[in-house]
Amino acid sequence: MITRRTLGLGAAALIAAPAISRAQAPLRLLVIGGGFGGASAARFARDSYPDVQVTLIEPRTRFVTCPYGNLVLAGTKQLDAITFGYDAVRARGVTVIHDLASGIDPVAKSVRLAGGQALGYDRLILSPGIALRWGAIEGYDEAAAGLLPHAWVPGDGGQTALLRRQLEAMEDGGVVGIAIPPNPFRCPPGPYERISMIASYLKKAKPRSKILALDAKEAFSKQGLFQDAWNALYPGMIEWVPGNRDGKIVKVDARERVLETEFGEKHRVAVANVIPPQSAARIAIDAGLANASGWVEVDPVTFEAKAAPGIHVIGDANTAPPMPKSGFIANSTSRQAVASAIALARGAAPPADASYFNTCYSHVGDEYGISVVGIFRPGPAGFVETPNSGGVSPRGNLPDQRRLEAIYADAWYKSITDYMFGA
Amino acid sequence: MLPAVVIAALMVSLPALAQGPDRPLAALSCGGCHGVGSAGQGPIAPLAGRPKAELVAAMTAFRRDERPGTIMGRIARGYTDAEIDAIAADLAARR
Repeated sequence: MITRRTLGLGAAALIAAPAISRAQAPLRLLVIGGGFGGASAARFARDSYPDVQVTLIEPRTRFVTCPYGNLVLAGTKQLDAITFGYDAVRARGVTVIHDLASGIDPVAKSVRLAGGQALGYDRLILSPGIALRWGAIEGYDEAAAGLLPHAWVPGDGGQTALLRRQLEAMEDGGVVGIAIPPNPFRCPPGPYERISMIASYLKKAKPRSKILALDAKEAFSKQGLFQDAWNALYPGMIEWVPGNRDGKIVKVDARERVLETEFGEKHRVAVANVIPPQSAARIAIDAGLANASGWVEVDPVTFEAKAAPGIHVIGDANTAPPMPKSGFIANSTSRQAVASAIALARGAAPPADASYFNTCYSHVGDEYGISVVGIFRPGPAGFVETPNSGGVSPRGNLPDQRRLEAIYADAWYKSITDYMFGA
Repeated sequence: MLPAVVIAALMVSLPALAQGPDRPLAALSCGGCHGVGSAGQGPIAPLAGRPKAELVAAMTAFRRDERPGTIMGRIARGYTDAEIDAIAADLAARR
């Protein structure tokens, strides 16, 4: 049906104006990925360019957000509250195809779907997200994730649900081990919000339990604020081991629930959450867009992949330091990427004076939220954070600030998911 | 009668002029917390349709820490006067 409609439009254009070139037919914007980057790109394109034909390819019919997944682990949200469908996206006039994009031909400007179909495009927005690097931690593969959940790529929500069930089944006094990867990875404050949210559950339900956070890094996002909160809310419950104190996990024994460090220390835990090293999703790697580190380098104005102009790569799959791999950055940059793609397709210049906006809220306890803000711009060699702006919440005993930020975090979540998936 | 080249140029340029985003993209970032279209979200204030001068004054005060807030000071310091002016004009024009 979708194919027929697409063909119908093309045929009508051919009959009505046989002498006019492809440039006069509706511009075809193809979006791969229906998450924070892709769904935002599709919405912005429909809102701002009603004459552009927008097609979104996403394998899943239901999208589970990474943000607020940690509240599911805390038991204060249910999975269905962070799960969204694509009906409103369709109602907005986006053609949504639930299939896996399995290959890109940048010369023919065509995307191959796992179902066998090939879709032509004038401009491609690629927002495929991340892949977990199975085997980067010895013994940690897809089968091991069935025992030691990562809960870092939500998929159908099964991983988050599994980790929650394991926490519920754990006896009071158990140790929850969390392995945290080196930079860069999706959602820099995410592991530490997760530590906090698991601690909030344990404090209520299993107060003799402990969290052992084994980190490949020596420092992390909003560190002072997180550690202040841990000391205040969960004293004695959380041990964070940095990389320079042998925190880096290099091997797991999934059956025995053993996390082994670089220098051979073996931590046997009751529940293990292993967040492995990551890369751009497979389609970006297979299309030859990624660098040796596994991420896609992009132009800071247009988000075109340096390896393939005409393919605009947004979201966690690109490498854009100092911007974080966050849902808000994916959302914010999607608009500049779409506007640039359409301008370039029409022979015009991309929007000038671009700025990209991020706020990452983290919940660390009941009515206790913290944030980091960043405003970024294209620079001569990549992205630059705007001086004397942004930054983290103030430290200190500020209960009103913490309570308000928790409330505002909820408003952020509602606003951004409404933009992507709401009517 | 217009020369063919002018007609061709009009055919190409007219749609391009009419079809771009007609607003500063930075203004759309506000909606990330202030609700779709910055129409407000729960306890977060609506911005759309407010007088431009009020929005500029608020951002200026946030930037100088003269108005209490949780994160708006950190945000306001990331934009120039000209950018705040353009964002405020855009939001004021929306209902």
